[in-house]
Amino acid sequence: MFAKKLTKQYDGKTVVDGVSFEIPKRAVISMIGPNGAGKSTVLNILSRLIARDGGAVDFEGKDITQWKSRDLAKRLAILTQTNNIQMKLTVRELVTFGRFPYSGNHTTKEDEEIISQAIAYMELEEFEDRFIDELSGGQRQRAYIAMVIAQDTEYILLDEPTNNLDIYHATNMMKIVRRLCDELGKTVILVLHEINYAAFYSDYICAFKDGKIEKFGTVKEVMTKETLARIYNVDFEIMEIEGKPLSIYY
Amino acid sequence: MKKGVLKEHMSTIILAGALLLLSFFSLFVGVIDVNLAGLAAGDSEQWLIFMASRLPRLLAILCTGMGMSVAGLIMQQLCMNKFVSPTTGATISSAEMGILLALLFMPNSTIWSRALFSFTTAILGTWIFVWFIQRIQFKDVVMVPLVGIMFGNVITGITNYFAYRYEMTQALSTWTVGHFSMVIRGRYELVYLVVPMLILAFIFANHFNIVGMGKDFSNNLGIHYNLVLFGGLTIAALITASVVVVVGSISYIGLIVPNLVAMFKGDKIRGTLPDVALFGAIFVLICDMIGRVVIAPYELPIELIIGILGSILFIGLLMYRLKHGRKAVRVGEFLRKQFGIRKMAEEGDGAK
Repeated sequence: MFAKKLTKQYDGKTVVDGVSFEIPKRAVISMIGPNGAGKSTVLNILSRLIARDGGAVDFEGKDITQWKSRDLAKRLAILTQTNNIQMKLTVRELVTFGRFPYSGNHTTKEDEEIISQAIAYMELEEFEDRFIDELSGGQRQRAYIAMVIAQDTEYILLDEPTNNLDIYHATNMMKIVRRLCDELGKTVILVLHEINYAAFYSDYICAFKDGKIEKFGTVKEVMTKETLARIYNVDFEIMEIEGKPLSIYY
Repeated sequence: MKKGVLKEHMSTIILAGALLLLSFFSLFVGVIDVNLAGLAAGDSEQWLIFMASRLPRLLAILCTGMGMSVAGLIMQQLCMNKFVSPTTGATISSAEMGILLALLFMPNSTIWSRALFSFTTAILGTWIFVWFIQRIQFKDVVMVPLVGIMFGNVITGITNYFAYRYEMTQALSTWTVGHFSMVIRGRYELVYLVVPMLILAFIFANHFNIVGMGKDFSNNLGIHYNLVLFGGLTIAALITASVVVVVGSISYIGLIVPNLVAMFKGDKIRGTLPDVALFGAIFVLICDMIGRVVIAPYELPIELIIGILGSILFIGLLMYRLKHGRKAVRVGEFLRKQFGIRKMAEEGDGAK
C-alpha cells in the first residue's frame, strides 16, 4: 500500500500537502504530530472514508477508489472515534457485524466460530451478552477491536484508539495492537497523540507537521531530540528504556 | 441449544398468541350481532357482515399496527434518534398533503391515484427532513423531533390553507383523523402494500442496523450509507402513506411501540422487528376495541384513543429518557432477569 502526493483542502485551507509514503507490511506504523497536522485526514483518505483532492492511494495494485467497497472491507478495516454508542446492541451482535462483508445477512457456522474466537481473543466472553452502552470505555473499545478482528482484514487502521482511555486501558490497547501484528500478522496503522506509546509499541513512525511528512522511518530514526523538537516546537530529552527510545518533554 | 432458541423467542411467541386471541375476539365486537353459532349455521347476513366488514377491518388494523410501528423502528434506527417517527418526522403530514393535491388536481381520483400522490409527497417530505437534520447535526437529541414536529406543522399548515381555499376541509378531515369505520371490502386492499414492505424491512434489517451505527462504521463494512439511508426512509414513507390513504393518520404508534420493545430487547432489528410488529398490532387492536365499545352503538375514531393513550405514554417516555438516560436500560435488564426472558450467559455455558 502506498500513497502518492496526497492533497486535501478544507475551505481553501490545505490540511494535507503532497504526502507520499509506502506502508511496510506486517508492521505497526504510528502517525504522530501536533493537532491539525493532517494525520487523521491521511488515515481517513487511506481508508476511503474521506475523498482526497489530489494524488493517489495504491492498494494491492489498484487505486483505493477503484475497489468495490465491500471487497475492500475484506482487506482493510478502519475504526474511527465517532461510533454511535447509544445503540443497544450486545457485544456479540456488534462483533457479528464484522462478518457482514463476507456473509451479508446470513452468518454461517464458520462465521459464528470466527466471531467466538474474536470475542475470546479480546477476553470479552463474560460480556458477550451485555449491551455495549453498559460497558466501560476500555471494554467498549475492545469490543470494537473484536469486531475488526472478526472482519479478518490484512490491514487495520485505528484513529486514536487510546483516546479517552486511562493509562491502564490505553497501555492494554497498545499491547493489543502489538499482538494484532505479532500474533495475527496484521499491518496496523494508527494515529496516536502519545509519542511514547508510538515509540514503545510501533515498528515505524510517520511524523506529520503542517500537512507534510516531516520524517518517516523506524522508531530509532524518528525519535531523536532534533526531529521531535522540530515537529512539536518543544524541547525534548531522549532516554533509552528496555532498548527503546522514550522521550521526555517539558 | 433448542431450549435456548425457544427462550430467546419467548416474547415473540407470547405476543403472537395474544394477538391471535385478540384478533379472534375483535371479529365479534360490533353493532350487528355476529357470533360463531350464526356463522356455523350459515346465516347469510352474518356471513356478509363478517366478510365485507369485520374481516377487512381486522386485516386493516393488523397492517396498520404492524406497518406504523415498523416504519417508526426503521426511522429511529436510521436517524440514530429514539424520538423520530412518522409523526415526528413529517412523514404523516406530507402524506396528507399528497392526498389533498390528488383531490385538487384529480377530483375523480381513485384510491390508487391518491396513493401515488401520497407516496411521492411522503417520500419527499421524509427525505427533506432527514437531509436537513443530517446537515444541522443537533447536539441535543430532543431537538430533532422538535424540528420534525415544526416541519410537519408547516406542511399541515400549507395543506390546511389550500384545503380551506378550495373548500376541501371536510373531505380532507377523513384522512387527518384516522379511523377504521370506513374500512369495507373493496376500499382497503391498498393497505396490503404494507406486507411486502415489512418483508423488505426484515431482509434489510442488518443494513439498517449498521447504518444506524454511523457513516464511517457503514463505509468500513462496505455498505453504501446514503443508498441504505434513503432506501430505508423510502420504505418507511411508503408504509406510512399506504396507511394514511386507507385509514387516515395514526400518530404515536411509530414512536412508542419501538421504544417500549427496545427497552426489553435491545436494538438489533432482526431480533426486535417481529416483536415490534406484533406489539404494534396488539396496541392498535386494543385501542380500536376501546373505541368501538366506549360509546356503542357509535364509535370513536381510533386516532382519538391512540392520541390520548399515546401522548400520555410519550410524555412518560420523554421524562423517563431525559431523567434517567441510560438507566432506562437497567429497567429492561431487571425485568429481563426477573422474567428470565433471556439469560444467554448461562445457556451458553450449558450448550458447550
